Amino acid sequence: MTAAAAPHATDGPETVKAPPGRPAQTPSKHGKLLRALARVLPLSPAVVLLLLFLAGPIAYCAYIAFTDLQLTGQAHSSFVGLANFRKAFRDEEFLNAVWLTLVFTVVSSLLGQNTLGLALAALMQRASKPVRTLTGGIVITAWVLPEVVAGFLLYAFFRKEGTLNAILDWLHLPSQNWLFTLPILAVSFANVWRGTAFSMLVYSAALNEIPSEITEAAEVDGAGGWRRMWHITLPMIRRSIGTNLMLNTLQTLSVFGLIWVMTRGGPGNKSQTLPLFMYEQAFQNSMIGYGTAVALLLLLVGSLFSLVYLRLLRTEV
Amino acid sequence: MAATAVPRPTATATATSPGPTLASRRRTRRLAADIGLLAVAAAFVLPLAWVLLSSVDPHADLRVKVPDGLTFDNFDAILTSDITFTPLLNSLILCGGATLLTVVCAALAAYPLSRFRSRLNRPFLLTILFATSLPITAIMVPVYALFVRVNLIDTAQGVIFFFTASQLPFAIWLMKNFMDGVPKELEEAAWTDGANSLQSLVRIVLPLMGPGVAVVTVFSFVLMWGNFFVPFMLLLTPDQMPASVSINEFFGNRGMVAYGQLAAFSIVYSTPVILLYLLIARRLGGGFALGGAVKG
Repeated sequence: MTAAAAPHATDGPETVKAPPGRPAQTPSKHGKLLRALARVLPLSPAVVLLLLFLAGPIAYCAYIAFTDLQLTGQAHSSFVGLANFRKAFRDEEFLNAVWLTLVFTVVSSLLGQNTLGLALAALMQRASKPVRTLTGGIVITAWVLPEVVAGFLLYAFFRKEGTLNAILDWLHLPSQNWLFTLPILAVSFANVWRGTAFSMLVYSAALNEIPSEITEAAEVDGAGGWRRMWHITLPMIRRSIGTNLMLNTLQTLSVFGLIWVMTRGGPGNKSQTLPLFMYEQAFQNSMIGYGTAVALLLLLVGSLFSLVYLRLLRTEV
Repeated sequence: MAATAVPRPTATATATSPGPTLASRRRTRRLAADIGLLAVAAAFVLPLAWVLLSSVDPHADLRVKVPDGLTFDNFDAILTSDITFTPLLNSLILCGGATLLTVVCAALAAYPLSRFRSRLNRPFLLTILFATSLPITAIMVPVYALFVRVNLIDTAQGVIFFFTASQLPFAIWLMKNFMDGVPKELEEAAWTDGANSLQSLVRIVLPLMGPGVAVVTVFSFVLMWGNFFVPFMLLLTPDQMPASVSINEFFGNRGMVAYGQLAAFSIVYSTPVILLYLLIARRLGGGFALGGAVKG
């Protein structure tokens, strides 16, 4: 797959002369139009669906974020300008959700998945085959499982009567009710458990592309493991690091099911990240307008990350 | 699983002939790497062990333990049409329908993008790539409000259309990249024989990129099968719910949580996607993957 060359390298049937079997088409306006139509036509089902069900909701989102639309019994909503946004930035619970989303993203995506994924990929370069296969299999299984199932497994793991406390008891370490005392940390670890495989696979692929002569030369020159990692490996895979960080962050920003299953955002709102806050405002408090304003903010942050990601890839598209 | 998904190591000690100290250092390092990996594997395997052991344990609770005996009562209890078969069938209808629609639309759309040169290709592809990484979760509230207005709420087709639209950007992108790998010379013969674009796509290009189509299909299906938020928001009637939503009934509605049954259901519900992943793991493993595919 060479996306780099693709858009220019593929000049398809347009370069083919008129087929001899058919009467040669005169390059009339009519023929040109037909040909252009034939090219656009295959795109239309996808474009229609994308416009109706993706672009449509986004536009609608941008509209109702400025209204006071409610869930029930309202004849028609009215335009309220920036009121929803002003309300949000004065709302303690919103600020709490922003803070928790930040913690969740930094802990689970930047520190957790990314670092652990890189460590696993680096170790796999050196480990023996059976161990590599076993570890890869386990980590990838955690990733392939449906989100809700992963949520239940980690719920059982972190519960007061769960596995983690059983192990801590066994080691004579103090146990605690993780989902109650440190819910945001518990869901962050859950997201690490579920998401690390992606980073591992991306980094494994990147590390495999580093020519072994380079690291071997450095090794013969006496550069230790950490120095080689810092001065040779990391600079060589920086593009993958950027890509991976972006994709991880975007995925983490939109985690809903995992947290919903484990804590419902609670206790209180101690693990209520922005998606859960948005859901609660829109459906428990019936304020669709307000919930959508929060959604729009989330969408804007996501778009920013997405643009950065596009920029990172720009040379390759 | 997925021995295949783990990339091979780069050439090891075979190439040059490093001194004995280097070789022994390598051995120590391999051992250290093995220990490190096994430690992570041990931590990761605990939740998985819980689900496997609890599903056959007559007295399952929340911690990993040796079962009090081996029983298949948990599976017996859940394998009813109410608890398992109807939700799985619902999942199959929603995800199967949406996957089919996604793959057909993506293949059609990828063809002109891959085969014809046009000024619009680049902006279109950039938009697609941009949409790939938007947080879909964020637009679910407006989608709900919109679906209420256009009477698509609580309908299977509503979910299928939305699944398709949210999966299409990535599917088009992947499909186009796979299609670029099919040399256009192979098509030229068909063109001179008077075949049109559709015939050439269906009879020549798609068969040649079978593995690519398989990857797009499996990938779309697996993502939708595991998706909780979309059906949770867009469906209301309990007997329309797919397995990803109905699994929550093990809490709440049925009184005491039967953890053994929850574990058994989790296994039944997860098995299809794990098998499907194994099916494409080799292909993804080679020049992995999402990141790799996105990088092109």
